[in-house]
Amino acid sequence: MLLRFRLNGRPVEVDVPPGRRLLDLLREDLGLTGTKEGCGEGECGACTVLVDGKPRLSCLTAAIQVEGKEVLTIEGLAKDGKLHPLQKAFIETAGVQCGFCTPGFIMAAYALLLVNPKPTRQEVREWLSGNLCRCTGYEQIVEAVLRAAEELSR
Amino acid sequence: MWKSSLRIVKPRDLAEALELISAGGKPVAGGTDLFVRLRKGVESPQFLVYIGELSELRVLEEKEEGLVIGAAVTHAELLSSPLTEKFPILRLALRTIGSPAIQAMGTIGGNVVNASPAGDSLVPLYLLEAKVQLCGPEGERELPISDFILGPGKTALRPGELVRSVFLPFLDGSPYPYFRKVGRRRALVIAVASLGALIWTEGGRVKKARLALGSVAPTVIRPKEVEEALVGRPIDPEAWRDLVPLLSSATKPISDLRASADYRRKVAGSLLLDLAQSLQNRR
Ligand SMILES: Cc1cc2nc3c(=O)[nH]c(=O)nc-3n(C[C@H](O)[C@H](O)[C@H](O)COP(=O)(O)OP(=O)(O)OC[C@H]3O[C@@H](n4cnc5c(N)ncnc54)[C@H](O)[C@@H]3O)c2cc1C
Ligand code: FES
Ligand code: FES
Repeated sequence: MLLRFRLNGRPVEVDVPPGRRLLDLLREDLGLTGTKEGCGEGECGACTVLVDGKPRLSCLTAAIQVEGKEVLTIEGLAKDGKLHPLQKAFIETAGVQCGFCTPGFIMAAYALLLVNPKPTRQEVREWLSGNLCRCTGYEQIVEAVLRAAEELSR
Repeated sequence: MWKSSLRIVKPRDLAEALELISAGGKPVAGGTDLFVRLRKGVESPQFLVYIGELSELRVLEEKEEGLVIGAAVTHAELLSSPLTEKFPILRLALRTIGSPAIQAMGTIGGNVVNASPAGDSLVPLYLLEAKVQLCGPEGERELPISDFILGPGKTALRPGELVRSVFLPFLDGSPYPYFRKVGRRRALVIAVASLGALIWTEGGRVKKARLALGSVAPTVIRPKEVEEALVGRPIDPEAWRDLVPLLSSATKPISDLRASADYRRKVAGSLLLDLAQSLQNRR
């Protein structure tokens, strides 16, 4: 099918089987390899993107499900060569170690700050409970999100 | 990965969706269950019919007698809609589903048709005595949730039929809502056992009780004997303790990778006392 949607603010038109996973469409067809595949079954959150402002697991999404929609991936966060406050905060707090889980965490956190710009520590923890990290032990990640929330609301 | 060659079609309206389903298509809404099953290879449908955006299935509307929830309304939408304020028990249960992404993707229709004994929307639907509204080639019909769900993954859905909506009748008064699920990991647990309840009280005693247990039998169950035995009891865990064996005998748990049958029975019993305690602790 000829699939039309918006990706990181720009219109995209691709010829793709309607059943192709959004994850493969992004990584293989469109070359956006920031979105990662961990488990492929909804359990780890590494593949999280935003669709119309809501978090969505791209490993459990078919191409046809984003027709006409606005998709945001980690590649769409930096503006004019400057990192997004979430990205900066993850680096500063050492919320990134191997980095595999990071895009998923940042996109999930981005979705949280859209609905709750000043979350408590507990709210951040709960919201991120669908994202797994083998390296950091999570505290630095929670810290990063709180820091970014503060910076963004200044 | 599921095969990219998997055919998915997106019908224009409900009528076209029903034709496609009669022609052998399998509905998919959020995909949080079906795509996992396709990946595991436990299912290989001819083709899929994407019903997640059909306006007929996206209604959320208050009627005189209750709330109509379209099958393709997501858990996240229900949690944030002011229309569900009258059903706090629904919100308590939906809040425990998966992660925010799973809540934003998964639908109530998918949860109901999945008919998992651990389905978290099912406990409040049994408590609220919800009706499942179906449509198919032979027209529309309606079934109480407890008649719709037949067993794990088994429903009364006939070939060619779709769940159109779920109807929640308004309750008399404002019973105390309780929901608790015990599982191994907070976010993505499919429960080891869950208990939901609606308790009407009067003068420090139980006036009426509805209980529903998840994950302790092939379907969600309402332990009617315990509900009846609770009527007239003081709101005090000590006064409920003798009902624990009665509750345990209402369960028919299975042993699986997540928990043994015995452990599930024990958990169900302690949840009953936890319910009494939280009822006592409320302002
Ligand atoms: C990581 C993870 C965690 C999860 N955690 C939980 C949890 O905590 N609690 C819980 O209850 N569930 C959980 N689930 C299961 C799932 O998310 C829910 O059951 C969800 O509500 C399913 O909805 P869906 O729209 O995604 O279903 P889909 O996958 O789209 O469909 C599920 C089934 O229902 C059928 N179907 C869907 N809509 C209709 C309709 N309108 N008419 C007829 N048939 C229909 C489909 O053909 C399919 O067989 C989890 C899943 C994952 C992947
Ligand atoms: S790769 Fe999608 S949730 Fe793990
Ligand atoms: S930084 Fe390595 S998995 Fe999270």
